[in-house]
Amino acid sequence: MSQAAPILEARNVSKYFHDPLTVQVLKDISFTIQRGEFIAVIGKSGCGKSTLLYVLSTMDTDYEGDIMLEGTILRGKKDAELARIRNNSIGFVFQFHYLLNEFSVLKNVMLPGLKKGDSSEKEVEHRAYEKLRILGIQNEALKMPNQLSGGQKQRVAIARALINDPLIIMGDEPTGNLDKKNSDNVFDIFSELCSEFGQTLLVVTHDLDFASKTHRIIEMEDGRIIKG
Amino acid sequence: MGKLLIIRISFALQTARWRQTMVAAVGVAFSITMFITLLSFMAGLNDLLDGLLLNRTPHVRLFNEIKAPERLPINLAPEYQSHYNFVRSVKPKMERLQIHNIAAIIAAVEKDERVLGYAPKIGAQVFYNTGATDLTGLINGIDVTAENKLFFFSDYIVAGNFNDLNTIPNSIILGKEIAAKTLTNIGDVIQVTTSKGDIRQLKVVGFFQSGIQEIDKVQSYASLKTTQNLMGEAGSYITDLQIKLKDLSMAPAMAKEYAGLFETDAVDIQTANSQFETGSKVRTLISYAVGVTLLIVAGFGIYNILNMIIYEKMDSIAILKATGFSGKDVNKIFLFIALSIGISGGIAGLFFGWGLSAIIDQIPFNTASLPTVTTYPINYNPVFYVTGLVFALITTYMAGYFPSRKASKMDPVTIIRGK
Ligand SMILES: Nc1ncnc2c1ncn2[C@@H]1O[C@H](COP(=O)(O)OP(=O)(O)OP(=O)(O)O)[C@@H](O)[C@H]1O
Ligand SMILES: [Mg+2]
Repeated sequence: MSQAAPILEARNVSKYFHDPLTVQVLKDISFTIQRGEFIAVIGKSGCGKSTLLYVLSTMDTDYEGDIMLEGTILRGKKDAELARIRNNSIGFVFQFHYLLNEFSVLKNVMLPGLKKGDSSEKEVEHRAYEKLRILGIQNEALKMPNQLSGGQKQRVAIARALINDPLIIMGDEPTGNLDKKNSDNVFDIFSELCSEFGQTLLVVTHDLDFASKTHRIIEMEDGRIIKG
Repeated sequence: MGKLLIIRISFALQTARWRQTMVAAVGVAFSITMFITLLSFMAGLNDLLDGLLLNRTPHVRLFNEIKAPERLPINLAPEYQSHYNFVRSVKPKMERLQIHNIAAIIAAVEKDERVLGYAPKIGAQVFYNTGATDLTGLINGIDVTAENKLFFFSDYIVAGNFNDLNTIPNSIILGKEIAAKTLTNIGDVIQVTTSKGDIRQLKVVGFFQSGIQEIDKVQSYASLKTTQNLMGEAGSYITDLQIKLKDLSMAPAMAKEYAGLFETDAVDIQTANSQFETGSKVRTLISYAVGVTLLIVAGFGIYNILNMIIYEKMDSIAILKATGFSGKDVNKIFLFIALSIGISGGIAGLFFGWGLSAIIDQIPFNTASLPTVTTYPINYNPVFYVTGLVFALITTYMAGYFPSRKASKMDPVTIIRGK
């Protein structure tokens, strides 16, 4: 069997911001992510980590170079197609949890699954409970988001990212708002997802302790990858 | 499944601002209520005023006008055809107002598919004698049954029974004002002088009130036979043939056709009452203008609430997009909010509009000039309700369009970075 296409590949990706001055934030970035890798992206504040993540996530389409998800080039795809790719293949965890206050924890987790629309509501609900159990918060399923602690909310956000069994989970400082204990907890969950379920993860972090425990560290400086 | 999800999300977003959502819906409901009420009332009023004149006006009226002849004998004579003939001081020839050959005309009209009905009539100039003075007047000789069927004659009888005209010989129904002036009561005998100078006595069997004083002061009704007797004319003496059509809009064309065919004069309702129709149109137009204005104001309410929800729920929009909802989905979510406000408000408005009209319909409205009317007039035309709902939907769609588009174009990256 020949080498399978990498899950995600960036080829000479560059990005400019034009307001107020034209600045190049990403400079000719190339790297690949293989299935099952747990990667941390580190670097000084302002070096372009978030920008890279948004470009890789298909949410930011204003870049040069090419990004390939399982060998398919993402450039030129329509808004609806990119939305479908995010729905099926990419799970997000941000610094902030972004839960919808009008829906219960369970429904929040179910939303992307319902959007995907390939299984019945019952099945999606079943999957959502499964994910919540992996994250140890199945007992909170019927609460509203505002009834949860910060750490719990972030775990719900992770469960939501997992609901469609994505190719890759991307996190932008997912532990940035959490205390040491909760950060460790989230890290444990990530490494468990990786080791037990073969989940691929790409996580931007400032926490070097966190980063040191991953498989691979990509270090950025001033829009370039300098290591990894 | 996809549709249902979008509906669920839009309802969830509305509940976050249910008070403002309610206010927006109440705005729509209010404007639809006013729209329906106004139109129903105006249409009722139009019907009433139409009834006042148009109902009693034949769509086509055939008559014989006394005028100078258009074709003079000299122009018809072959030897003077090529000449330019000047005839001075042409006068109408001695002629009666009678429609010639009435039997043949009636037979032809009766066969015409487009005609709803006809009623022959005689106009007879008279003087009502009261004491030493004479009042000028006009007796309408009518076919009582046909007149009632086509022109709702009985609606205007305020005392007595119109059928008595048929059963009691030499009977008359007087205009209310004439009765008042001559101090006549039902059962009394009134003396009239005909245009030929004959004096006749007629038995008063009723009074009518048309609502138009000028008419009630002058006109009276008698049967055809009584009128023919009064004038000393034969049974074929008819001065007017009033025709009602199935389709009123055909009146002008048919008046022309009949005038040519029967060699009489003919006038159609549109020509006879042109200013009347204009009034109806203007009233309807004003009602629509007010209704639409109210709806536009309500539309701004919807626009506001949507913008508010979108502004407050930017985070939700961002995460929905990040987790796989497309711009189109987001657009639909907010359009659905707008439409649900519009539909719920609109339907409530229809009910309230119907209710308010029904209440107005109960308010007493008595006026001497309109004897058949006892409450304010309302027209419950279903067209108003359909129009109201359609207008509500159009306005809410327009009010929702721009905010929804804004939400669908929102860039999740910008929102997430802004945190
Ligand atoms: N919308 C924008 N317009 C112009 N410049 C921008 C915009 N967004 C980000 N930048 C600039 O791009 C650079 C990279 O930003 P980015 O958010 O990717 O940094 P980062 O590595 O994630 O930093 P941090 O660790 O603080 O989150 C910064 O210098 C920032 O000022
Ligand atoms: Mg960042």
